[in-house]
Amino acid sequence: MSEKTTSYYVPDSSPWPLLGSVGLFLIAIGGGNYLQQSTSKVANDGTMGGIVLTIGVLWMIGVMFMWWRDTIKESIGGLHSEQMDRSYRQGMLWFIFSEVMFFGAFFGAMFYARWLIVPWLGGEGTGAMTHELLWPDFQAMWPVTTTPDGRTTQAMGAWGLPMINTAILLTSSVTLSIAHHALLAGDRAKVLWAQGITIILALIFTGVQGYEYVHAYRDLGLTLEAGIYGSLFFLMTGFHGIHVVIGSLFLIVTFFRVLKRHHMDGNNFAWEAAAWYWHFVDVVWLFLFITVYWL
Amino acid sequence: MADHHEHHAPTGWRRWLLSTNHKDIGSLYLWFSFAMFLVGGLLAMVIRAELMYPGMQVVDPDFFNQMTTTHGLIMVFGAVMPAFVGLANWMIPLMIGAPDMALPRMNNWSFWILPAAFSILIGSVLMSAFGPGNPPAPNFGWTFYAPLSTTYGPASTDFFILSVHLMGISSIMGAINVIVTVMNMRAPGMTMMKMPLFVWTWLITAFLLIAVMPVLAGAVTMMLTDRHFGTSFFDAAGGGDPVLFQHIFWFFGHPEVYIMILPAFGVVSAIIPTFARKPLFGYASMVYATASIALLSFVVWAHHMFTVGMPLAGMLFFMYMTMLISVPTGVKVFNWVATMWRGSLTFELPMKWALAFVILFTIGGLSGLMLSITPADFQYHDSYFVVAHFHYVLVSGAIFSMFAAVYYWLPKWSGVMYDKFWGEVHFWSSLISVNLLFFPMHFVGLAGMPRRYADYALQFADYNWWISIGAFWFGISQLFLLWVLIKACFLKKGEKATDEVWEGAEGLEWTVPSPAPFHTFDTPPVVK
Repeated sequence: MSEKTTSYYVPDSSPWPLLGSVGLFLIAIGGGNYLQQSTSKVANDGTMGGIVLTIGVLWMIGVMFMWWRDTIKESIGGLHSEQMDRSYRQGMLWFIFSEVMFFGAFFGAMFYARWLIVPWLGGEGTGAMTHELLWPDFQAMWPVTTTPDGRTTQAMGAWGLPMINTAILLTSSVTLSIAHHALLAGDRAKVLWAQGITIILALIFTGVQGYEYVHAYRDLGLTLEAGIYGSLFFLMTGFHGIHVVIGSLFLIVTFFRVLKRHHMDGNNFAWEAAAWYWHFVDVVWLFLFITVYWL
Repeated sequence: MADHHEHHAPTGWRRWLLSTNHKDIGSLYLWFSFAMFLVGGLLAMVIRAELMYPGMQVVDPDFFNQMTTTHGLIMVFGAVMPAFVGLANWMIPLMIGAPDMALPRMNNWSFWILPAAFSILIGSVLMSAFGPGNPPAPNFGWTFYAPLSTTYGPASTDFFILSVHLMGISSIMGAINVIVTVMNMRAPGMTMMKMPLFVWTWLITAFLLIAVMPVLAGAVTMMLTDRHFGTSFFDAAGGGDPVLFQHIFWFFGHPEVYIMILPAFGVVSAIIPTFARKPLFGYASMVYATASIALLSFVVWAHHMFTVGMPLAGMLFFMYMTMLISVPTGVKVFNWVATMWRGSLTFELPMKWALAFVILFTIGGLSGLMLSITPADFQYHDSYFVVAHFHYVLVSGAIFSMFAAVYYWLPKWSGVMYDKFWGEVHFWSSLISVNLLFFPMHFVGLAGMPRRYADYALQFADYNWWISIGAFWFGISQLFLLWVLIKACFLKKGEKATDEVWEGAEGLEWTVPSPAPFHTFDTPPVVK
């Protein structure tokens, strides 16, 4: 690897941002149409939504591949100064902060529902008349296993699959930290096996979570349509699951980069970004486990 | 590695479409926001044409609702926010002595997402106005409260939701770029407390953006699943609550208000010292006041919802927190006035706009203080008084500060002085018309005229006629600005600007030539 530059690298013009916007546009237009065409809530007699969405997603994957290819080339070509490395790191941390706030919206919704909406619907405080006039039979409880309009579900217990998944995810954070220490110490073999185990645990987690969803839909009657508890359960664990998948892909990419002998010379932003992201996903899970499954 | 900085500026379509240059991307943002300002203004003209006389005149009520909705959305997300991002792009690297924004490619992506997002939103308006069968555009108000936007939202709502997602992605990436640039790219010696206040206000704005745009994304996502996947977030029958939507929306919405005004504070804090020929009074207190406003903005959101119903303790808390915001805001106004005290003032156009900002924004701030009083808000809520309030802070506040910024920095951007005659016409014409437009709204609002209706009771007729005259006048006045911009940017006609441009101007941006060359500060300047 060549010497690191000290000046700030401003890349030449690049087609990927513009093409990335085209990709997002296709996803939005295709996704919106596909949603309307595949559900019954809104009349939309077109048929192209799914095709446009598929093109958009593939397009976007292509753009991401090419864009990151450029930055990886620049990185191993020594164009990234230390100052630029700091830019990437700070950028990643603020991105993770934005993700925290995204989950914050759902956690806020959950606490508002548990502490205010449900007691009010149950007749407490200023909501008493709603209870009296609309749903006098509704009992305030959390999880809401019987909705005001009478839909029923069973709650997801905490100490079965979710407990196992918690153990898996916490273990994966430990193995990832082992890999991280090995990375800093330059022990490539140890990075590979520890990161490999992390990735396997990540995939097992996703599999277990998928099975849990099947169990919820098939055995518990816990669905998206099951009222506020089901809504929160699936959106919170679902968005967490999407982040697990993204984090897994990120770890897999950096695993292959370590295989190609990247990252071992201190030029390890991407690797550490993946690790930060994984720890973030792990912390979100802990909050989910405590507030959604357990309490 | 110096050869990487010696490449020639790209030309033609590549320069604009594939740019990684903060100045070009800044110009794209500014022109885009000006275009959206004119589009959003056109929708406002439809609103005022309908309201010029009582009774139904020009459009049907549903289309009127679409106009108020999309006017608000386009002005907030398409005009004001991108305008300030454009300013940030142009000015922050110049002000802190950086060669570019920290993440130049992501910068371009942030911009090009906006045309994608707004072509979706404006597309729904065009389909509604001209399309076969005229499917309605979003018609539930810019705040898109559930259940109007969930159970009763038209088909275009789904596309609106996705376009909001795109705007959010764009804003978050833009904000990350600003923070990283400011934290990491300052020239040697440019300590935090030496930064121009515009940089400070944008740093804090960027923090607000990263904190609340994801919350908005969460809110529209819940709308989407409520609409299509049977979830019950905003449906009491399933154990949810439409009021939950309002809480989440305003948790985003109130910081959003400050996102649109903090950079304006920064602009005015740059301009007033220049034309008073005195350093800004109370620089440190300005920084702390900005930070206080930003932090308080997270704990005042429910003042938008007093009439919705909440526990008494909640009303009191949100009332007092809201009132508290007038303290740091008052500090700012005091500091601007104190900067001018015993200065040797001159009144070039940027200064005129800045002064108009200080006075008119303060009027908007005071009506805001009136609205913060919970029992009084029960009377003012959803009346034209509210419309008057937020147009004073957004039009004669945020947008006037943008005009001030444009006249202030245009010579630096284009290399020529603006056309003084048409600039003066633009200023006086806008100043008089904006007051004719918005001041009477206070009266009709206090007298009980509700907002967002296509018709009104007869006693409001006279005022509304004058308001509409003011609106058309203000709208036409902006064409003078268009001419000033075309003349300076494209025809390059006008007096050649010097590097310093303004006699009393201080700051790194005035040390580079006018127009600013394609690359500046490749080697960072040293700040004493």
